[in-house]
Amino acid sequence: MTDAVSPVLLQGRGIGKTYATPVLSGVDFDLHAGEVLALTGENGAGKSTLSKIVAGLVAPTHGTLTLAGEPFAPASRQDAERRGVRMVMQELSLVPTLSVAENLLLGRLPHRLGFIRREALDEAAARQMALIGLDEIDPRLPVGALGVGYQQMVEIARSLVGECRLLILDEPTATLTSRETRHLFHQIELLKARGVAVVYISHRLDELQQVADRVMVLRDGRHIDTRPMRDLTQADIVRRMVGRDVHEGLDRDVRPRGRRALAVRGLARGSAVRDVSFDLHAGEVLGLAGLVGSGRTELLRLIVGADRKDSGEVMLGDSQTPAKIGSPVLAVRAGIGFVTEDRKSQGLLLPQPIRVNATLANLGAVSRAGWLQRAREQAEVERLRELLHVRSDSIEQPVAELSGGNQQKVIFARWLHRDSDVLLLDEPTRGVDIGARADIYAQMDKLAAAGKALLMVSSDLRELMSQCDRIGVMSAGRLVRIFERGEWTEQLLLEAAFSAYAAVDKNNFQEQTA
Amino acid sequence: MSTSKPITTRAAMTSAIGTVAGLLAALALMVGFFSWQSEYFFSADTFVTIANDIPAVAVTAVGMTFVLIIAGIDLSVGSTMALAAAVAGIAMLQWHWSLLPATLLAMLVGLAVGAINGAITVAWRLPSFIVTLGMLEMARGAAYVATDSRTQYIGGAIDWLGKPVVAGLSPAFFIAIAIVALAQVVLTRTVFGRSMIGIGTNEEAMRLAGVDPRPVKIAVFAIAGLLAGLGGVFLSSRLEAADPNAGTGAELVVIASVVIGGTSLMGGRGSVASTFFGVLVISVLEAGLAQIGASEPTKRIITGFVIIIAVVLDTLRERRKKK
Repeated sequence: MTDAVSPVLLQGRGIGKTYATPVLSGVDFDLHAGEVLALTGENGAGKSTLSKIVAGLVAPTHGTLTLAGEPFAPASRQDAERRGVRMVMQELSLVPTLSVAENLLLGRLPHRLGFIRREALDEAAARQMALIGLDEIDPRLPVGALGVGYQQMVEIARSLVGECRLLILDEPTATLTSRETRHLFHQIELLKARGVAVVYISHRLDELQQVADRVMVLRDGRHIDTRPMRDLTQADIVRRMVGRDVHEGLDRDVRPRGRRALAVRGLARGSAVRDVSFDLHAGEVLGLAGLVGSGRTELLRLIVGADRKDSGEVMLGDSQTPAKIGSPVLAVRAGIGFVTEDRKSQGLLLPQPIRVNATLANLGAVSRAGWLQRAREQAEVERLRELLHVRSDSIEQPVAELSGGNQQKVIFARWLHRDSDVLLLDEPTRGVDIGARADIYAQMDKLAAAGKALLMVSSDLRELMSQCDRIGVMSAGRLVRIFERGEWTEQLLLEAAFSAYAAVDKNNFQEQTA
Repeated sequence: MSTSKPITTRAAMTSAIGTVAGLLAALALMVGFFSWQSEYFFSADTFVTIANDIPAVAVTAVGMTFVLIIAGIDLSVGSTMALAAAVAGIAMLQWHWSLLPATLLAMLVGLAVGAINGAITVAWRLPSFIVTLGMLEMARGAAYVATDSRTQYIGGAIDWLGKPVVAGLSPAFFIAIAIVALAQVVLTRTVFGRSMIGIGTNEEAMRLAGVDPRPVKIAVFAIAGLLAGLGGVFLSSRLEAADPNAGTGAELVVIASVVIGGTSLMGGRGSVASTFFGVLVISVLEAGLAQIGASEPTKRIITGFVIIIAVVLDTLRERRKKK
């Protein structure tokens, strides 16, 4: 794909958006039919504002857009969609109680006299899912029964229903594993061949290199550079984003491993988690890799007692007697903190200020006899805010107003404040920009150095390989192997992740989601 | 970064003051209108009457504010008022208890009713709407049983609470003010208050942060019942009787007051202080309409209209703030 040949589909000139302060100013860009343009930059760089302007969700304060030679000023998302411009948001907008098929074709359900034609619906949906290689999902399943990763795939499939000239994907692979990611990239190739332009927003640079023709870097709302992807290395891109080198070394020394902090023995729940046993030690970071649906999140939830286990035990410290952890409340009391995958619905009190969110897990430390000590609470949260570099106006700012990375830092602040011995981290850097990631990694280092035991689930193998001392791989509910640092390669980890699926992939999936 | 701190704190303050300021403006408007319409309205007598009328609704609304903040609702408070008052009446008439122990007994009855509401809601994870709807019937029935379905005249023994002591104001009024102040402090300055707001905002997040929502919720319903019990005694002191029909429909007036005060039905947001002003808005409206000779149906239509307007305005204000 060469830029010179294909016609310009979308042109932006002097695009700017000002709320209280300018968040985007003077951005010029051209987007060609049949190309994938990677849009990158730190959180707050203006990527999502720019893409929301194109998708009709936000009106620009300056500048003009031209779509295929005609002025383009969408008044709403529907308006933009009518002209073939679609956006897949990071936040899922599916109706969990409706089936996959109903969600896919919502607004255009096949019907006769108002009655839904169920077979036609399921058939059309199955075709749509097959387009992105998801033929293993039963379209009759309610969306709520699927894991977050599959829900994301359904969301993408939905945006491909109907005419599509320009598709904006905002962090589409944040919850996908490499298998789904490959399906997605394949679908993007097909779209390109049809002349569809794709704007691809992601923090995952290796993906951008795979999928994008050109890369456009924003910083502080300004256009920094747009170049053919092949001309830039990952380090080049990152340097343009942050204006400095971020060294993401895969090599590191193994952290000294202390005494046992947590032992899991034979933990099981249905087919989601099968007979999982491992030890977690003070001072180490143990990674958990695996495909979506391999049981990683489910394992964490069993450990903290959020779901009921069928069998198995969890022992704390050196103790040989099983701990009674029947609920997350008891888990926190026992010194286990849980940073959930979905921080908005399971972690944060969004309308509440940083101060309230940060002290939630340890109100006892900022109160006496049930009375909150305001000054003490403010001082402690102020200290945490500085320690974690939470970018915010003040500790009184509602967390809903913070970027994803800073929200995650607030959750970290909560568990630092609680001082739990064991921390379970589920996708701790999901949707977090590179700068904030570095802060979070630095905190994990400090926690481990302070003798805390960390168990980290991530779908980003590079992240696990760079941060962890050991990596356990889950496959179809089993913990198939634990690699020591030095033993693993990406290839080996992936093979392990696929290993238990080999024969029973499809049945297994149905069983888990039914 | 920290230099900008006062700005946001002030913004948060402004928001809370905004609700109260809006309610005060509405009150001023109503007082102005009624004074213009009726030469008798703007007098110490009117205001003293209103002040002595509100304690029952005010204390009950304090409990309701807590319930709404945890994203619950309590439809049983009107019946609880009647039941508690009935029990207090019996204690005074048949067992010859004095006012104080009888009042404490009434509060205990309310506490028990509320605790049952809370316990059932929590134990079977039921919507409090349904549980308290059931309790509305049960408590009312119990009130009939307790009073033998007759209004039990208590007389002078109970009216002390409602009789003027200072500047025409009754002890009930001062008790209500003290309870409003105490509850506001509990809401904003205690771990319990913080837990209520957290549970109303995101219960799952609270659970995962290690705060067990169950005891908090039961306590909140129990407090709501206890305060409704006290409200029932206040009501009795005005009637000088234990009436099994007392407080019929009171739950709606109470909920309306709380919501007019800017507390969200969705939970997580609310203030006891502004609930008090919400109570004032409704009672000034009712007193004023009565003074200008509005008929009962007209009063109801206008009151209902004002409730909707108040909530619309508050919602618009919240939305603008979010933008």
